[in-house]
Amino acid sequence: MRVHAQRAGALLGGLMFPAWSMADWTLNMTPGVTGTSNDIFSLHMTILWICVVIGVVVFGVMFWSIFAHRKSQGAKPANFHENTLVEILWTIIPFAILVVMAIPATATLVDMYDTSESEVDIKVTGYQWKWQYEYINEDFGYFSNLSTPRDQIENRQAKGENYLLEVDNPLVIPVGKKVRFLLTANDVIHSWWVPDFGVKKDAIPGFINETWTRVDKPGIYRGQCTELCGKDHGFMPVVVEAVPEEEYNAWVAEKKEAAERERQLTQKDWTMAELMERGEKAYQTACAACHQPNGQGAPPAFPSLVGTQVVTEDMAAHIDIVVNGVSGSAMQAFGNQLSEVDLAAVITYERNAWGNNTGEMVTPKEIFDYKNQQ
Amino acid sequence: MSAVADTHAQDHHHGPAKGISRWLLTTNHKDIGSMYLIFSFTMFLLGGAMAMVIRAELFQPGLQIVQPEFFNQMTTMHGLIMVFGAVMPAFVGLANWMLPLMIGAPDMALPRMNNWSFWLLPCAFLILVSTLFMEGGAPNFGWTFYAPLSTTYGPPSTTFFIFAVHIMGVSSIMGAINVIATILNMRAPGMTLMKMPLFVWTWLITAFLLIAVMPVLAGVVTMMLMDINFGTSFFDASGGGDPVLFQHVFWFFGHPEVYIMILPAFGAVSHIIPAFSRKPLFGYASMVYAVGAIALLSFVVWAHHMFTVGIPIVGQLFFMYATMLIAVPTGVKVFNWVATMFRGSLTFEAPMLFSVAFVILFTIGGFSGLMLAIAPADFQYHDTYFVVAHFHYVLVPGAIFGIFASAYFWLPKWTGHMYDETLAKTHFWLSFVGMNLAFFPMHFLGLAGMPRRIPDYALQFADFNMVSSVGAFMFGATQLLFLFIVVKCIRGGKEAPAKPWDGAEGLEWTVPSPAPYHTFATPPVVK
Repeated sequence: MRVHAQRAGALLGGLMFPAWSMADWTLNMTPGVTGTSNDIFSLHMTILWICVVIGVVVFGVMFWSIFAHRKSQGAKPANFHENTLVEILWTIIPFAILVVMAIPATATLVDMYDTSESEVDIKVTGYQWKWQYEYINEDFGYFSNLSTPRDQIENRQAKGENYLLEVDNPLVIPVGKKVRFLLTANDVIHSWWVPDFGVKKDAIPGFINETWTRVDKPGIYRGQCTELCGKDHGFMPVVVEAVPEEEYNAWVAEKKEAAERERQLTQKDWTMAELMERGEKAYQTACAACHQPNGQGAPPAFPSLVGTQVVTEDMAAHIDIVVNGVSGSAMQAFGNQLSEVDLAAVITYERNAWGNNTGEMVTPKEIFDYKNQQ
Repeated sequence: MSAVADTHAQDHHHGPAKGISRWLLTTNHKDIGSMYLIFSFTMFLLGGAMAMVIRAELFQPGLQIVQPEFFNQMTTMHGLIMVFGAVMPAFVGLANWMLPLMIGAPDMALPRMNNWSFWLLPCAFLILVSTLFMEGGAPNFGWTFYAPLSTTYGPPSTTFFIFAVHIMGVSSIMGAINVIATILNMRAPGMTLMKMPLFVWTWLITAFLLIAVMPVLAGVVTMMLMDINFGTSFFDASGGGDPVLFQHVFWFFGHPEVYIMILPAFGAVSHIIPAFSRKPLFGYASMVYAVGAIALLSFVVWAHHMFTVGIPIVGQLFFMYATMLIAVPTGVKVFNWVATMFRGSLTFEAPMLFSVAFVILFTIGGFSGLMLAIAPADFQYHDTYFVVAHFHYVLVPGAIFGIFASAYFWLPKWTGHMYDETLAKTHFWLSFVGMNLAFFPMHFLGLAGMPRRIPDYALQFADFNMVSSVGAFMFGATQLLFLFIVVKCIRGGKEAPAKPWDGAEGLEWTVPSPAPYHTFATPPVVK
């Protein structure tokens, strides 16, 4: 069925829409690269063709009436207004078509819900406005942020090929293995979608949703958040890199080592300059979306950090807000999102950037102690 | 007894009051109907202007005209204003004007409440629109206002939004009570239920839907109000609440709501197609049963809006099957309309053009609805532009074209003048082309992977977005022509006879055009 539907679709598309093959004028869903996405594509094509056939019949009769039964053509109206047999038929036939349609749909759905016997488990957490990926069996994780420069979004620079569909750290998965995703969210509801996998699932605070995929073809696959999640909903893409198993294993080993190095950095003695440099980077990825690159924010939702009392005077309050967030507001608790080093660096940066110049710094060790006291 | 009543009516012979008090204090169903229609068209232009902002920003990739914060306010307000301000009041306006005329009643059953339910509406929308000028901006969480985006993370103006929704809800419920009381108690002698015109039938069923679900909407916004202002945690997971509960309650209101916006149009089209086919409606009884079936089914399909939230597979299957089932009664209605046209004697004045486009385009929206009902496929369609295409296909050529068709059909009765047919046909063709240009490419965008409610998009979506924006501007500008046609028709034009359409049937065509201020003081007898 699937093959026939594809061929028929390609044939009709090729005949009717010469633009079919042009990437920018894509008309149809793509079959994708997983079993699930192929099943979905085939369901999509089947129901589409059923609709086309029904449409041709119904609109055919209608257009026939419009052309042949016009008053200007001298048509005299008939007077019939019911026919029990016809009415029963056009109730039963659609019902039968629906039953036929429901069978493969049910089978696909049952398959999509079967998350058992997974080989890799990844926890996906939605944040405003980025994704966190945690490899729960490997003890490391990281954030994935949009990497399209602001200049491209604001039209000061030519837009790149993967405009708005590129991230700093893509999710990496091995090919040929069943990967299970556990989805949740930190703030509002997000939805994690990779069209090529046929995987879309909402990430909901307080819930853990499950879904899975098995990708056989190595490659880079791109998707987006599909649940309105606030201001930057359009700016939190999903990028997944499917790599061969050896490459995946090497990558995991490297990531684990890097995570270990990061933990040790907390113990190092940091200088102001080092913290400022690291802080600027961390600020741009974690804070700038709301508080703006220049620290001015967008009051009242996102307060300015320039010259404000918490940032220039009350150090304890500053640390508390960054680590624990402000409940009932958009300010998240960054204590578990950023490492001690990044937390210290961001706070130091905020206290000294944009003319705040307090000259004060806070070290990763102090943050570590602060978190342990809580 | 009747002699006494007649003398009384003759003695007073009162027409409309003079000046502004005619409109503020009126209890006349025709005046109130006109006010509803004018209000609804004003809101249609306002909500439409917001859609123009949205389409202008989406004309090209990149941020050009508005920032994402404001873009989200525009999508939210556009949806709320179109649903609650444009479509629903337009149908209430048509009901006010036409229900008493169609059933041979002198007025609505509860005229003072009628005045009150209208005047609540401008108050509600004044509050809602004023949020645009508040600190922190207007609601920015979509017309579906999912928690916790609309509660914990909502702007300060959310409380005003909740208040506005409450007032609209009160207005709708009172309107619905009035419709039911009128239809059940004030029909002319001899008009049994199964002799009622279909517009009356569909409105009766719509009114029951309204009474059933508007309180549910009131409940969900009240829970939001408590969460925001009084420290409860209905929808806040960190307080033990449940964000998914919000969606269940919202869509228990929301799905019947979408039928509230289409059933009266079904009724109106069921008068217009027979009139211009010069042939009785095919399958009157099955039309009535189909509307009843659609209304009942609308209460058990709500979770098809939530296929991706992770409801258990048994629930998923139930909602998929129930949703697919709606195709059966809807199909019956479409087949009946086509069978009515078949072997008729057709002419294509503006009401007929809008009605034929209604049947074709609504059916296309129905097809995409059927596709969306297939739960596994919905995982790909959900929250993409495919959904935006789908609901605009059922709402624009469905509800809005239904309203235009009704307006042109009954304008001669309301004003006593014929509207300008050439201009009306121009209005139709420009709307038809503009609407398809705006919304058909959205199917392709959705299938190619463009999520909805985003202010900026990847480059592969650029071409169709531009086409869609051009179509939207065309459709938007065309609606000013409608305003011109109606004003022109009110001010003059060819005198309309009592029955301007030779195939039309019903009591409303037995009174003169324009319909006198008071009609059917003595009920007609229906055989």
